Amino acid sequence: MSVRRLDHEQPASFAFTPENAAWAEATVTKYPPSKQASAVIPVLWRAQEQHGGWLPEPAVRLVADLLGMAYIRVYEVATFYTMFQLSPVGKKAHVQVCGTTPCMLRGSEALVEVCRQRIHPEPHHLSADGDFSWEEVECLGVCANAPMVQISKDTYEDLTPDLFEKVLDGFASGKPPEPGSQIGRQASCPAGGPTTLKDFAKAGT
Amino acid sequence: MALHDKDRVFKNVYGFQDWKLAGARSRGAWDGTKALIDKGHDWIINEVKSSGLRGRGGAGFPTGLKWSFMPKSDPRPSYLVINADESEPGSCKDREIMRHDPHLLIEGALLASFAMRAHTCYTYVRGEFIRERERLEAAVAEAYTAKLIGKNNIHGWDFDFVVHHGAGAYICGEETALLESLEGKKGMPRLKPPFPANVGLYGAPTTVNNVESIAVAPDILRRGAAWFSGLGKPNNTGTKLFQISGHVEQPCVVEEEMGIPLRELIDRHAGGVRGGWDNLLAVIPGGSSMPCLPATICQDLTLDFDTLSKLKSGMGTAAVIVMDKSTDIIAAIRRIAYFYKHESCGQCTPCREGCGWLWRVLQRMERGEAEKGEIDLLYDVTTKVEGHTICAFGDAAAWPVQGLIRHFRPEMEARIDRHQASHKQAAE
Repeated sequence: MSVRRLDHEQPASFAFTPENAAWAEATVTKYPPSKQASAVIPVLWRAQEQHGGWLPEPAVRLVADLLGMAYIRVYEVATFYTMFQLSPVGKKAHVQVCGTTPCMLRGSEALVEVCRQRIHPEPHHLSADGDFSWEEVECLGVCANAPMVQISKDTYEDLTPDLFEKVLDGFASGKPPEPGSQIGRQASCPAGGPTTLKDFAKAGT
Repeated sequence: MALHDKDRVFKNVYGFQDWKLAGARSRGAWDGTKALIDKGHDWIINEVKSSGLRGRGGAGFPTGLKWSFMPKSDPRPSYLVINADESEPGSCKDREIMRHDPHLLIEGALLASFAMRAHTCYTYVRGEFIRERERLEAAVAEAYTAKLIGKNNIHGWDFDFVVHHGAGAYICGEETALLESLEGKKGMPRLKPPFPANVGLYGAPTTVNNVESIAVAPDILRRGAAWFSGLGKPNNTGTKLFQISGHVEQPCVVEEEMGIPLRELIDRHAGGVRGGWDNLLAVIPGGSSMPCLPATICQDLTLDFDTLSKLKSGMGTAAVIVMDKSTDIIAAIRRIAYFYKHESCGQCTPCREGCGWLWRVLQRMERGEAEKGEIDLLYDVTTKVEGHTICAFGDAAAWPVQGLIRHFRPEMEARIDRHQASHKQAAE
């Protein structure tokens, strides 16, 4: 459990763009009639994406009204699920460093140190230029390509501190590297090449 | 004897090939699905039962038996819910299925839903797997367009496949917490009974299955239960996606037979333990919640449900976390304890308070700032969490600490000795 609170500074209002409002309406129909509350996580997530990567309080109320839920129920969801960022994040990148044991065994502590040096000594704080923020997260499910970080929708895997710095350089200059393994591995295939399914280890079918 | 490629279910596990419908078909997916459905609900359930398939999400409950618990006639709709909330530290297999062979999952979902008389399947993908979810959604759209699923599809069983997602909460991998989350609430587990087969999603009969359990079902039905049960060991049949992480030369995901010797798995596929087999300190055989096993036990160890549970550990998700002799084993388990502290949903007091307590004490033990008697106290507290919570999370948090004490007590005591000796010197 961790204590999570809404940010002290909040925008006055929040409204979905017409595209996102239509998307939210369509998403509700994926669930049975009267079960529209099921859409709360996807719709909150869309609000966070629209709002530059963090979830403001007016969006919580808007989503509650949209889904016919009490404000407190949506507030509970927003504070329970840790992917909802409750304070502003870096404009260019919010870095999630996986720190759980499989990544730790392969050097994630050194990646955290890069974040401390380069972004901010503390997690969930903006860098001086406001472009970056970071946090240590729990297992991201990419353990055979550890250590790794997730930035926005993509993962950057098989990192060393140097390779991680290059990833951050890429985001700083507006040219992020190709996601996935940063040492040229194909997904979770052994680095030396496949030990199985060698006939399938080529493009095409 | 290594598993032959022809017996591997996940032929595109690394994504070298096309993940789309055409590629999946060329690897055998969606082949003769209608003929399987024509054999009837009970035939499918019996075939999965006799294949010996045990759930691939961690607990290893027989999949066919689980399906048979669903009511055969009930005024409420039935649901299949696929648990794609892959979050157990060490586990990274469902990700490969969703992004590289999503059609295996969709076809399996249709067959399983038909068997359980369900017309709708919800797949709960962990929030962080955004690209994997996009890939799955694209494959689902292909399947609708090709009329493989949907209303009036070519298989004659109306079927909707809905992709849902979470937003970062390990506890939603627990099946009833997942259902709560899918209903739009905090992911807090429900008391059982009633079990989901009676009162599940929206109060209706529901079966929750892991991604891999569902994705292997079409091949079992196509090739026959005898094919699957002929692989592996009795009561531990079939193939399994193993995930090897930590201190090996080449970490990887690989499909192998159940019951493969640990050493063979690591040497053949992962390039061996870093620094050689003799440099092995310990292995966590099934994801973070399974107690670690020291190298002395690992020599002839086979990886299957029954062998590992006899050793007071477990097969879990077959996520093998390897630790060499450079590892600070207390720090490694302390980090796992932090994971559980962070992920406890807070509903049950023994877990909410106990997980933090275990982590704080392990922090001191890592530095040796403890009394030896506190090791017994630590063990005692794990038994106060284990079995005293609504869901199995409390057990999962307790077991790794118990494994540490069971196998590495001398290391813990030595550290306390070193700390006390250095402070004695400082005082003199």
